[in-house]
Amino acid sequence: MEQKWVVFSLASNTYGIDVQSVRSIERLQPVTRVPNAPAHVKGVINLRGVVTPVIDLRLRLGYEEIAPTDETRILIASLNQGDAGFIVDRANEVVESDEVRIEPIPDSSHEMHSAHLTAIAKGEDKLFSLLDANALFEDQHAE
Amino acid sequence: MDVNEYLGLFLDESQEHIQSVNTQLMKFEQTASAEAVQEIFRSAHTLKGMSATMGYESVANLTHEMESALDLVRSGKKESNQLLLDTMFIAMEQIEAMIADIETGGTGTNVDVKATVSAFQSFIGGKEQKIATAEESSVFTVDLYADSVIEQAKQTGFEAFQLHVKLSDAVVLKAARAYMVFDRLQELGEVVRTHPETEAIEQEQFDLSFDVLFLSQETAAVIEHAVSQVSEVETVHVSVFTSVSESEPEIAVSAEAVAVQEIKPKAQEAEEPKEQAVAQAKTIRVNLERIDRLMNLFEEFIIDRGRLERLADEVGQPELNETVEKIKRGTNELQSLVLTLRMMPIEQVFNRFPRMVRSVAKDIHKKVQLDISGADTELDRTVIDEIGDPLVHLIRNAIDHGIELPDKRVQAGKPEQGRLALRAYHGGNRVFIEIEDDGAGINVDKVRSKALERGVITTEEAASMTDNELAMLIFAPGFSTADVVTDLSGRGVGLDVVKNKIESLGGVVTLETVVGQGTKFQVSLPLTLSIISAMLVQAGDETYAIPLSSILETTLLDEANILTAHRERVFDFRGQLVPLVYLKEIFGIDSETKSQFPVVVVRKGNKLVGVVVNDLIGQQEIVMKPLGTYLEGIPAISGATILGDGRVALIVDSNDLF
Repeated sequence: MEQKWVVFSLASNTYGIDVQSVRSIERLQPVTRVPNAPAHVKGVINLRGVVTPVIDLRLRLGYEEIAPTDETRILIASLNQGDAGFIVDRANEVVESDEVRIEPIPDSSHEMHSAHLTAIAKGEDKLFSLLDANALFEDQHAE
Repeated sequence: MDVNEYLGLFLDESQEHIQSVNTQLMKFEQTASAEAVQEIFRSAHTLKGMSATMGYESVANLTHEMESALDLVRSGKKESNQLLLDTMFIAMEQIEAMIADIETGGTGTNVDVKATVSAFQSFIGGKEQKIATAEESSVFTVDLYADSVIEQAKQTGFEAFQLHVKLSDAVVLKAARAYMVFDRLQELGEVVRTHPETEAIEQEQFDLSFDVLFLSQETAAVIEHAVSQVSEVETVHVSVFTSVSESEPEIAVSAEAVAVQEIKPKAQEAEEPKEQAVAQAKTIRVNLERIDRLMNLFEEFIIDRGRLERLADEVGQPELNETVEKIKRGTNELQSLVLTLRMMPIEQVFNRFPRMVRSVAKDIHKKVQLDISGADTELDRTVIDEIGDPLVHLIRNAIDHGIELPDKRVQAGKPEQGRLALRAYHGGNRVFIEIEDDGAGINVDKVRSKALERGVITTEEAASMTDNELAMLIFAPGFSTADVVTDLSGRGVGLDVVKNKIESLGGVVTLETVVGQGTKFQVSLPLTLSIISAMLVQAGDETYAIPLSSILETTLLDEANILTAHRERVFDFRGQLVPLVYLKEIFGIDSETKSQFPVVVVRKGNKLVGVVVNDLIGQQEIVMKPLGTYLEGIPAISGATILGDGRVALIVDSNDLF
């Protein structure tokens, strides 16, 4: 089956998430803070009647927090344990697998070895890291 | 067929049939009603068919034996007796256990049913009762009706044939092929009987082969040829049927004698719901998830309606206002309708109790009459699913500890048979379930000494407790009053588990007891799980909801009236020193506190805490929503709700504030 990724920006980097696990892309909406939750958990939103947790992907991946802009989006991902949202700087495009080549994470990179980073996709004028959405949520307590 | 897809349906329906059999068995035991036998037979038959289709042979085999025995009773060939009745009760218990095993992923082979099967078989009396696989001998036991049909036919030049038809392994639509076979046969003569029954064949509830008892003027060869023309028929075996007319005089032909049934072409999938003797409300099964989605969308809609109302107010256009008013009325009705979708009668839970009471009482040689009322009281489906076990425990407890042995009762001047009343009724926004016995009551002195002995309470505490408070100690962890540890209530699971379970459903359990006269347990439950009354409060710019059920009252407090005791801030609440908790501190909210501020006094058991907030917004019915798996275990937060403006507010779990 042909794979596709939703590609988005965080700071000056681009990332991709399997389109199969993305349910929708939403504009930023009021987030209710959840006290005493992990720092990168922004809180919860009302997504068509369902209370959905939202995490700030910048904080989750170790970037600095910024004030939301017009381009800020929430990617709603359908995960093993229900839906969850990821706040990203900008949603760019959907990339198909024939546009890129998938390469493994370089062995020499310590920085990039973590459960949520699975591979790197490289195309003519593209380069983005592939994220495992489930791992982003699941190993949050471990780190 | 993807079996998994049907597993839920199978489990649900099995439960229904088990319950129906149990109810009818009780009825049959009391009144020996022929109707009850018919109902039991029908349910057993359906259970057999369903479990065979699903591949649960163990259930199918046991129900088959039961069905065979019942068949003799309903056709009047044999009288039912106590042994058969007991065997059937046991069989139902075993089937229930097997179904439970299947539900938890097993194969339903967890119960040894040999004894039960042989009990059935000895009732049947060794008569030929083989099923399906019997390739040789006759699979048809002929009743008087069929016998007379065959006799008549023979006089007019017909011959009775017995056909054994086997379909090929690769057959896809068994029922359709069987239908084609019957179709051919109808052209050549008349089908008297089939085995399994035509209904079962229509529903594909047979292996690869089936048998037909058939009347025709043609020869065996012609019939064989005609049937073998049907594609995917592997073999046809035709033999002349010799009526084994067992001379059994003095038997009236049962009114229920099976008529020659026409096989109707089977519509796509559909197992047609069994016709019930009693007219029941028509129902369809809907996946609970769909209803939840409907509720979610509907709530969202209600919120938009609120916005629309505000906008219409601002615009002030009469026609717009009128339309909005109409929408409002319509949605109000829709709302109450949607909320009832999840509601089910508690009957489903109550139905299993008569049999349970019977067997528990029998086991410990007590006589108990169970009176049930209000079985049609409706409750949220989730509560229905969960409330069964706690009630079982309370009922067992009442029989075990409450109701006395017959001779003791007679000594006490009571009727030999104890009475146990099980009631359900609505009251306000809650449902009440009561379990009342006319037994010995709770011996408060015994409870007190046991509680002291076990260290559940101190001597000082005991001195200040009322009798009812002492009696409630039976719900305390690690407490059991049974003098002798019986198999029933003394199995380590205490009443504290019952209490916890009920409380986790938002319920409360209380009891009243009078020594010598009996005990009444009352369980009160919220009507639906998801709607609660709450006080909305403001802390900083955040809004939180505190469930009204935990609030004692709200009050205003002056900064100057805060006292400090051992570094803890307390205040004087009706002469009692109550500790203060600042919501903004617990939840890390940045805000100024004014010199005078509202305090929400919440309670947990007998303890009180004053929760300091910035503002009280007001009381409101809120729909409780889970925070989701990812955010489970956040301290002092029990869930979330969606406010009128579409924002999410968190619900405070005040139990965590103590």
